[in-house]
Formats: sequence, C-alpha cells, structure tokens
Amino acid sequence: MIMRGARTLATPAKYLALAAYLVFLAFPLLWLVSTAFKPPQEMALIEPTIIPENPTLENFRLAFDQQPLARALLNTLIIAGVSALVTVLLSIPAAYVMARYRSVVSRMTTLWVLLSQMFPFILVIIPLFLLLRDAGLYDTQIGLIIVYVVWSMPFALWMLRSYVAGIPAELEEAAAMDGAGRLRTLRDIVAPLLVPGVVAAALFAFVSAWNEFLFALVLLRTPELQTISLTLVKFIGAEGVARLGPLAAAALVATIPSLVFFAIIQRRLVGGMLGGAVKS
Amino acid sequence: MRRATIVSATVLSAGLVLAGCGSGDDAGTGDGGDGPVTLTFQSLAFQPESIAANQQIIEQWNADNPDIQVEYLQGDWASVQDQLVTAFEGGTAPDLIHYESSYLQDFADRGWILDITDMVSSELRDDILGGAWEAVTFDDAVYAVPFLLDAQVIFANKTLLDAAGIPVPAPDDPWTWDEFAETSKQLTDADTFGVAWTLKDPANRMLNLALNFGGGFFEESDGASTVVFGDGEKEAFQRIYDQLYVDKSAATDAIGMGGSDPLPGFFAGQYAMLPKGIWFRQQIIDQAPEGFEWVTIPALKGDSQAQAAAPQTISIAAESEHPEEAMAFLEYMLNPENQALLAKGDWMIPASSAAAQDPILTETPDWPVAAASGEFLEQAPFQRVRGYEEWKNKVANPSIEEYFANSISLDELGTRLTEDGNEILERYNR
Repeated sequence: MIMRGARTLATPAKYLALAAYLVFLAFPLLWLVSTAFKPPQEMALIEPTIIPENPTLENFRLAFDQQPLARALLNTLIIAGVSALVTVLLSIPAAYVMARYRSVVSRMTTLWVLLSQMFPFILVIIPLFLLLRDAGLYDTQIGLIIVYVVWSMPFALWMLRSYVAGIPAELEEAAAMDGAGRLRTLRDIVAPLLVPGVVAAALFAFVSAWNEFLFALVLLRTPELQTISLTLVKFIGAEGVARLGPLAAAALVATIPSLVFFAIIQRRLVGGMLGGAVKS
Repeated sequence: MRRATIVSATVLSAGLVLAGCGSGDDAGTGDGGDGPVTLTFQSLAFQPESIAANQQIIEQWNADNPDIQVEYLQGDWASVQDQLVTAFEGGTAPDLIHYESSYLQDFADRGWILDITDMVSSELRDDILGGAWEAVTFDDAVYAVPFLLDAQVIFANKTLLDAAGIPVPAPDDPWTWDEFAETSKQLTDADTFGVAWTLKDPANRMLNLALNFGGGFFEESDGASTVVFGDGEKEAFQRIYDQLYVDKSAATDAIGMGGSDPLPGFFAGQYAMLPKGIWFRQQIIDQAPEGFEWVTIPALKGDSQAQAAAPQTISIAAESEHPEEAMAFLEYMLNPENQALLAKGDWMIPASSAAAQDPILTETPDWPVAAASGEFLEQAPFQRVRGYEEWKNKVANPSIEEYFANSISLDELGTRLTEDGNEILERYNR
C-alpha cells in the first residue's frame, strides 16, 4: 500500500523533473528568440518579459545591414559541409581497418587517435598557423577545412570504429562464402549497416565546424571568407557591451541551419547512437 | 551502375565545392608587382556610426590615392588579443592596427610595432593632446598615434536630482568626493540607491580613480617596478566601500555588473547615479525609455580630477612592407576633421585639440562635460609597467572584487596587491 502510494507520487515528480529539465534546456533559446524581436527600450526593462510588447523586425534589418551575415552563412555552410563530408569519407575506411585488423599498427593508431584528443586548442594554434602559412593555406577556406577535418576525425573514427565492431564479422564471412569480393562486401554489406554511424559522425563534424571560433579567428583574415561565429562576435564591443538586439537576431539566424539539419536527420541519429552503444 | 554514378557525382560535387572555396588572395590583399600598394587596416570600431565613419574615411582616401589603396578589416574587442598575437608571431599582421595604449609596451618590447617617432608630422604632433602622446611613448619612442579618449563621469537621473533639489554641478565647479557621498546619501530612500558602482573587472577603473588622490600604485627604481599601496591608493577604495557598507547609499547588487547591466535599474529609478565612461552616453540614448531625463555630471574631484589617459591608438606593424605609405594614410585618417567623425561615432573624446572644437561634437549631449574631462587626462604610472596586464588579471581584478564583496579587508587587499603582485612583476623586471 505504502509502495503504491510512493509510486503514485513518484510518477508526477518524474514528469515535473522532466518538465523542469526541458524548460532549463529551452530557456536560453526562448530568451534568444524573445530578444531578437524586442526594441532596445524593452531590453532595459527592470521586469523583462518573454513576449515582446512591441515586437519588431528592426534587429534583423540591422544585423543584415551592418554585417555580411548572408555571406558568412554561405561560407560556414560550405566549410562545415565539406568538412563533414571529407571527415566521413576518410573515417569510414580507417575505422574499418582499425576495427577489423588487430595488428600492432592498428593498436598504435588507435592509441595515437586517443592521445591526439588530449591537446587543447590553444596549445596547437600557433604551430598550426605556421604550418598552414608555409603551405600557402593561411586565409583560405581549404586551409580551415583541413584543420576541421583533422580536428574532427579522431572522434569520428572512434565513433565509426565502434559501429564497425558492432557489425558481426559472420555477415562478411557469409558474403565471402557467397563469392563477394572485399570491396563488394564493404559496399553491399558493411556500408548500409554503417549508415546511422555515418550520420552521427557527419552531424558531429558539421556542428563542430559550424560553431567553431578560435581556429577561424586565427586562420581567416579576409572579410569575404569569414564564418558566422566570427561575424557574430562583431556585435560585442569593448568592456563587454553588446548590441544585444542585432546579436540575438543574427544568432537566431545562425542557429536555424543547424536546427534544420538536426531535425532532418534526428531519427537516424538517435537510432545510430543506440546502435553503436552496445557491441553485440 | 546507378550507385557508381552517385559516388562519382558526390566526389565531383565535393571537388567543385572545394574548387569554389575562396582564399584571401581572391580578395585582393596581395600586392601586384607594379600595381598600387595595398595596405590592410584592422579596425575595432563597434558602433554602426563608427564603422561607417571608418569606411567613409577609407573610401575617400582610396578615391584620392589610387597608388595607395587601403583595405578595411573588421576586428573585434572580444578576441583581438589572441588574434593579434598569433598574427604577429606568424608574420601576417595587418599594416595598421587599431588597439589601445595599455598593450603597446608589450608589443613594442616584442618588436611587433614600429617606432614612428621620426615619421609623425609636426602638424599631427602639435594637434594631439600631450597626455595622449605620453601614453604611447616608451623610452622616448612613439609607438602609435592616439585618437580616442575616454573619461570617467557620472550619469544621473535628472528627475530624481530635481525632486531632491540637487543642482547639477558645472564642469568648472565639480563635486568633491565628500559632496558626492553626501548627495548619494540624500538620494537614497526605500526605493532608490544613490549610486550604482559597477565593479566587474574593476582594476583599471580603481587605478584611474586613485589618481584623484595621488595614488599611482607603482614605483620605479633602477628600471624595476614595484607595487605600492599607501594612503593615496587606499582613499578611493575606502570611500566606495563606505558608500556600500557604511552609508548604504550604494547598491551592493550592482558591484558584480559590467557593460549595460545597470541600465534597467537606472531607468527604473532604482539607481540615481551611475559612474561610467563618457562613451556610455550612447548606451543611455539607445535604450532609455521615452521621457527619461538624464544628465552627465563632471568627474569627481579629490586632490585633483586627474584620470589616466588610456587612448585608443593606431600603430604600424613592424613587419609592414610599406611603412611610409601606412604613415601617410595614418596622417590623413587622424586629421582633425576625421578624428571628429570617429569620436562622434564612438561617443568619445578626440585626442586632437582641433577636432574637439568641431560642431559635430560640440552639439552632442553634455559635450562641455566630456570636453572638460579630457583636460585632466594624464599619463598614469601603471601604463608604463611591464607585467601590468598579468598583475591586473591574476591579482588585482579578483582581489578588488573580493574586497568590494566584503570578503577581505582593505589591509588584506593591500597585502595581495603588493606581495602577490610584486612576485609577478619580478619576472618582468629581470
């Protein structure tokens, strides 16, 4: 009886906790949306409201007028898209080899990939900068793409390696028994089963590149090449004063592509993450 | 077959996208062999009016000087330090660099910026205030041209002042700190604090205010700097502390604020007065509710109204291949007419004495107060101290914040600023 009472109380408490967590997660985005549509006077109210009293699109006009947002979005889309594509294309065969061939080289590579994740951004930024400059890739989008690919690949490799390891080797052996060559086995048996992992790795690489700031700051100089994160920070001035309205409007615009991308592949991503989580 | 086509198309698309990826050379930053010289100028202009003024000046220059073209690069205050250090180290710094005087000593020591002592024309030298030149001069070498100055003033809610029968002081008869403390108490009631001191990252501001009482914080002997914390240094700290915790006429909830954070309370009448830089006029004008009446009160007077001149500056990179052309542009960019435009765009005080007379500035709200504040700007000892930035960030800012949060005593603050601080400075003095 007491147990049942406790259970009756526990269920609403769980839902309440879940609702509180959702509000906690959604509130910054909600505030961003609210601020984007507020005139400056409403941002300085002592009792701010979530719903703007006099909603305006002026912040969006200012954001697009004063900074090259459209160009920055296009640049970021190209850089993040190509980075994700190249990361995945390079990671798939590498992850397959790491998962299937248990040699010393494979183990050393796995260890090195893990170690490479230990270096903080700030430690590698100047050597990386010098390398790219000497290679003629400073202030180029290709240079930044290479950096993003190198930076995203270790995690993508680990993720995909886990997915490959989760595919029973017996399936490949059965294909071989039926006369399929290595390449055909990879294409027709392994690749379709890897799709969720590939989607997850691509999403990770895309979002990482989309949001990245420090490498872009240091490696790009020409205004026409700059990414959205570099453009957003230009709405922040000395002593921490921000032009909050245009900043919120620009940040909202910058968030939309990521949200859309995520919404489109979300189902595959969730399935993919679960699929890779357990090695059968 | 279909799959092979898809794979081929994917690879081809990737190739096309990569081929379409841009490089800086596409934007024309490189110099052609016999073509015009191209200079890059990185600006930290933030307000739209200021960005427009910069671009207008550059467009005019480019139209008048086909052989020396200037490309405008937009930097930002939040990340400029990281970006510049990397660019200097990597040899890709812009030819002309907008920044502020407190970083010049470090940049000059590292050989990153050019000594322009012999390149500055007599017209420019004579036009710019002496205190501003001092702030960019190290060991008799000039490392930048100063052009925008800030000064600490006090913004007040005019309605609350009028209701309390408090007259606004004239620029030539400013309040003393005692008068200010009395006024603050007078304006304090159940709904209102007399003043809101916003003290996030407070070191620069407190060192500035200490100059009112002759507090210089640093002494130099045989080329080595040490931190001192005597009566002159303590005075402003003690007075603000008393307002917070003895008179209770200053809002304790405001001490952790920075930037525009106190504006809602100021507009709502919770804070009657707001000490800030003169540039803050723009923020008030931009966000004030309709009918809100405010006024600018001149800088307070202790033993003097002295404040540190920490101007925004433009330097020439030591690695620039065209220093003469860069200086020619700098002379044009910072002529009195253009300095007035730039100062108006950022709501600051021009370092040019002729620009300060320009009607586009004199017609801005409370300009006489701004202009009068500019007269008391001087070189402060801390601006010449090697290691000041590290002392400020590692010791001064956190310790001063703790003092004003009433977590440590004034003596403990002094011990930290001097003992911990001198350990840092010793490394730079070697």
